[in-house]
Order: sequence, then structure tokens, then C-alpha cells
Amino acid sequence: MHDRPSQRYWKSNIALIRILLAIWALVAIFASILFVEPLNAIEIGQIPFGFWIAQQGAIFIFVILIFVYAIRMDVLEKQANDEDNRDSATSNDEL
Amino acid sequence: MSPEAWTTILVILSFILYGYIGWRSRVKDTRGFFVAEQGVPAIANGAATAADWMSAASFISMAGLISFLGYDGSIYLLGWTGGYVLLALLLAPYLRKFGKYTVPDFVGDRYDSKVARIIAVIAAIFVSLTYVAGQMRGVGIVFSRFLQVNIETGVVIGMVIVAFFAILGGMKGITWTQVAQYCVLIFAYLIPAIAIAMLLTGNPIPQLAFTFSDIVDKLNGIQVDLGFAEYTKAFSSKTMLDVLFITLALMVGTAGLPHVIVRFYTVPNVRAARYSAAWALLFIAILYTTAPAVGAFARYNLIETLHDKPIETVQELDWVEKWQNTGLLQLEDKNNDDRLQLTPDAETNEITIDRDIIVLSTPEVAKLAPWVIAVVAAGGLAAALSTASGLLLVISSSVAHDLYYRIIDPTASESKRLLVGRFMVGIAIAVAGYFGINPPGFVAQVVAFAFGLAAASFFPTIVLGIFDSRTNKQGAIAGMIVGLVFTTAYIIGIKFYGMPPWFFGVSAEGIGTLGMVLNAIVTWSVSRLTPPPPAEIQAFVENLRSPLAEPPALADIGEEELD
Repeated sequence: MHDRPSQRYWKSNIALIRILLAIWALVAIFASILFVEPLNAIEIGQIPFGFWIAQQGAIFIFVILIFVYAIRMDVLEKQANDEDNRDSATSNDEL
Repeated sequence: MSPEAWTTILVILSFILYGYIGWRSRVKDTRGFFVAEQGVPAIANGAATAADWMSAASFISMAGLISFLGYDGSIYLLGWTGGYVLLALLLAPYLRKFGKYTVPDFVGDRYDSKVARIIAVIAAIFVSLTYVAGQMRGVGIVFSRFLQVNIETGVVIGMVIVAFFAILGGMKGITWTQVAQYCVLIFAYLIPAIAIAMLLTGNPIPQLAFTFSDIVDKLNGIQVDLGFAEYTKAFSSKTMLDVLFITLALMVGTAGLPHVIVRFYTVPNVRAARYSAAWALLFIAILYTTAPAVGAFARYNLIETLHDKPIETVQELDWVEKWQNTGLLQLEDKNNDDRLQLTPDAETNEITIDRDIIVLSTPEVAKLAPWVIAVVAAGGLAAALSTASGLLLVISSSVAHDLYYRIIDPTASESKRLLVGRFMVGIAIAVAGYFGINPPGFVAQVVAFAFGLAAASFFPTIVLGIFDSRTNKQGAIAGMIVGLVFTTAYIIGIKFYGMPPWFFGVSAEGIGTLGMVLNAIVTWSVSRLTPPPPAEIQAFVENLRSPLAEPPALADIGEEELD
């Protein structure tokens, strides 16, 4: 019984990491390198889009990804701690 | 007042500040010395990490490198920032939860193996030494260019300053001086950047000026007219595969560099480790998104000022004479038409620009006040000193903590361990200073080593240690050895023995990516062919992953208060 909230927490953590790393790869590998040439056909402001992603956009997105992770983990951690407290509270009642 | 007088004053003032902070942060136990008493707030640790990370090369050379490489310079921008996402999601929170002092500590405890610990110690020392020699050299160069003292004297002055706060305050002293150094270096980077953006585009924010002005577009046109590739054209100097491999090697290498990882041991808890990674990258991003703007603007401005202009007009510019004297700018009218031409062909090219000049000359080219030049000098020194001090502490702790205390004399008393730690910082500074004054010819060539080896050794070993509880000591040792041997052999083969880059043309800089993949495959497979790790280790991994309150941290606070 005791392990379940922490296992749920770990699963949600892994799921969150997967999503964020998928966005990371999309930006850092696909948009900035593998598909930079087709993306350069589009313009943002007055410079090619692929070039902009590689030299500006990707870095902004990296910062956002880490903040999102920290903020989401606060929520997950709070849930896990609350559930754990509830579990130990009920088991105390039973005693 | 002359720029030299301003520089002397500002550099002395900044050194007094660092010395004062070092004195205020002096420590009396190993927990203060190695992990700053684990009491550094998340934002402060973010700033310290940013200063630790951004070296003399980031500050002085990166914008220049990008201005010469155009799109292909993105390998540095992406590689040296994207690694923080890996660090924040895959490493930092768990290493903080582990709570010990060094990276080899984690490897040694997770795999319960002295062999693994020793391999990690060797890799940590090697990576940090290659890196620190370059920093001390950077200190010497800043001194010699801005204050006209010779490089040797500059290195010695730098050594004394670092020795003062690192020996007294250890990690605590280093952390708080790095926070101050971040403020100095970012201020120094932004002032000339804003000025040149304002001068060329009328928009003071470099990132916006870069995207929304027509400078990059004009630069594309000029480059093509002069016979260069378009500035924004991808893969003009490297193949796509090579760009991909180098970027990944730099990213993973960043996440595996011991002096960056240990910064996350110094915060109070796991939550602070996550936030401080976010702050760190935000602080780094301020400089890293400014650098491509500075690179493009400075290149445009230099070409406009110098190309096809009469040689007499050019010689009359103050800064041209000054930088010609340092050898960083070379003008030669080869075809005797009294005009200077920039061409891609070394035979006919008449304007040779060193990449370092891009950042260093911007204040003068943009006609800023002399004190701005002094601020840039102080910023360059802050960048070099902060990185050097972080690296020196890793070398010291690897020897004093991992080798001496954990392997040679586990019964050593607290005061003896602290003494050994201080002594080792002193030794490390002396060695780094020696390499700064007598740089071994191969220093520039082995920088690829630092990232390649960090990528091929630490990163997969630590990540698998956290996320795959089946990974055991046999797997980790085999993986690290394969990753290290393969990467070292490929880099040495290419750099010193003229070996062709046989792996699809991937250069020495990018091969760490393949080394990392090999390490991960070997670790995973060997672990599954050998017995699973014992129950204590499984419990150790469970505890790393658990979100629940951290009793050891509470106990520590109690002790602190008793003191």
C-alpha cells in the first residue's frame, strides 16, 4: 500500500519527461538541423525561419521546457506527498 | 581618462569584490568546502552555474566563431544550451537527492565498486584539467591585451585571486563569487551588444534587432557578392551528419561535465535543483541569444567599414591601428590598388580578422566611451576566473574526497579531510597556472576531448544508473571503458595520426555522440548478461526516485542550528 503513490508519481514523472524530451528533439534536432533547409523557405521577421530556430528560437524553447518541468513536478510531488500522508493517516486510524 | 586607466581601476575593484566575498564565505568543514553547506538558493545557484559554464571562450570567442561560420555556428549555440534540458530532466534532481559530494561519488556508490569510482575520478580529472588550462590562458590574454602586462604576470595574478577565495571558502566561496562574476560578465556583454544593435538598426534589443532588421538579409547579399556562402545558408562548411553529431556531443557532454553537475549538489533540496537548472539556462540564454546578433552585426559592420575602402582612410581609424598592433587584424594591399578587399581566397584576401576581435573591438568600433572597454575586460576576466575556479574545485574534490578519503584513508578525520581539500586546490591551481603559462601545443586540439569524454563516460552511466535499476556494476564498468577507449582512440587517431574520419566523415568534435551510444548499448547488454545488482542497490535507486520528504536534509538543518 505504502509504495503506490510513489510508483504513480514515478510513472507520471517518466511520462512528463517523455513529452518534454520529444519537444526538445523536435526543436533541437528536427527543426534546427534535419529540416532546416525546407524551413528556411519561410521567413520570420526578416530572416529565414530554420536559421532563426537554430540561433534563437530553440534556446527560448529549452528555457521554457525546464521551467515547465520544474512547475509540473511541484504539482506531482504535492499530490504524491498528500496521498502518502493520507495513506499513513488511514493506517494510523486503523491502529 | 584612457581606456587603460579605466581598465586598471575596474579590474582592481572587481578583484577586491571577489576577495571580499571569498573572505565572507570562508568555511570550516568539508560539507561547506565541497558542497557549499547545501544552502545555496535556486536563483543564486542558477547564476553561479551560468558563470561557471560560460568560459572565456563563450565570452570572447563564440560570437566571433559564429560570425565566421554563419548557420554552422549554431552547433555551439544549440550544443551549449540544449544540454541543460537533459541535465534538468535526467540528472540534476536525482543527483541532489543522492546528496553526496562529487560525480565519482555517485558512480562509486550506485555501482558499489571501487573500480567504477576510480575510472570516474580519472575521467573527471582529465576533463577538468584540459578545460582549466584554457581558462588560465584566457586570463593571461585578457591581462595582456587590456593592461599591457605580459601573459605570465596575468596568469600569476589570476592564480593568486582564485587561490584566495577557493582555498578559504571552497565551494561556498566559489559559489558566491560566481554569482558576482555572472553579474559583471552579463553586464559587460550586453552594453556593447545593445550599442551596436542601436547603431545599426535603431532597435536596442539585440535579439529583436537580429530578427526584425534587414541586417542579416543585407549580410547575405554582401557575402554572396564577395564570393562567400550566404550567411544563413545551412551546411556550407560541415555536412548535415557532422553538424548533428557535433551538436549532440556538445549537448550530452555539457550534461556530463563534472563541474556543471556538482553545482546541483549545493542547493538545499531536489525542488531547488530543478528550479536552479531553469534559472541557469535562462541566465545563459541571455548571453547565448545575444551572441548571434553580435556576430552578424559585427561582421556586417566590419565589412562595411573595411571592404573596398582606400587604405589611407582605414589606417586613420584609431581602433584599426590598435588591433593591427596586437596582430588580431591584418591588412595588406596585395594587388596594390590602394584599396582593401575581403575575399574567401587566402591568395587574394587583404583583410584578415581574428575571431576574438569581434567581441573585443565592438565597443571601439561602435564608438563607445572608454569605460565600456574596461567593462568588457572585467567581464572577460570574470568569465575566465569563474570557470577556472569551478574546475579547480572538481579536481580538488576528486582527489581529496574520492581518492584520499573514500579509497586511501576512509578513517581520516574531518579536519584532516578539509586540510587535504585545501591543499589539493592549491596544487590544482599551480598545475593549471603552469599550463596557462606554458600551454602544451595540443591544448586547442584536445578541447574536443573534454566534451567527447564527458559524453562517452558520465552521461550514459549516470542516466542508466537512475532510470534502469537493472544496470549493475559489470555493465557500468564495461560501458565506461568501451565509451572512453573508443572516443579517445578516434580523437587521437584523427588529431595526431592523420586517420581519416572513417565513421561517415564525422569529425573528432562529434564522435563523442557515437561513444555515448556505444557506452549505453554495452552497459545495457552486459548488465542483462550478469547478475542483477544486490537488494541494497535496488533500494538505493528506489530512494533516488522517491518524491517523499528528505529526512537527512532536516537532520542537517538541526545540526547547523546547534552549531
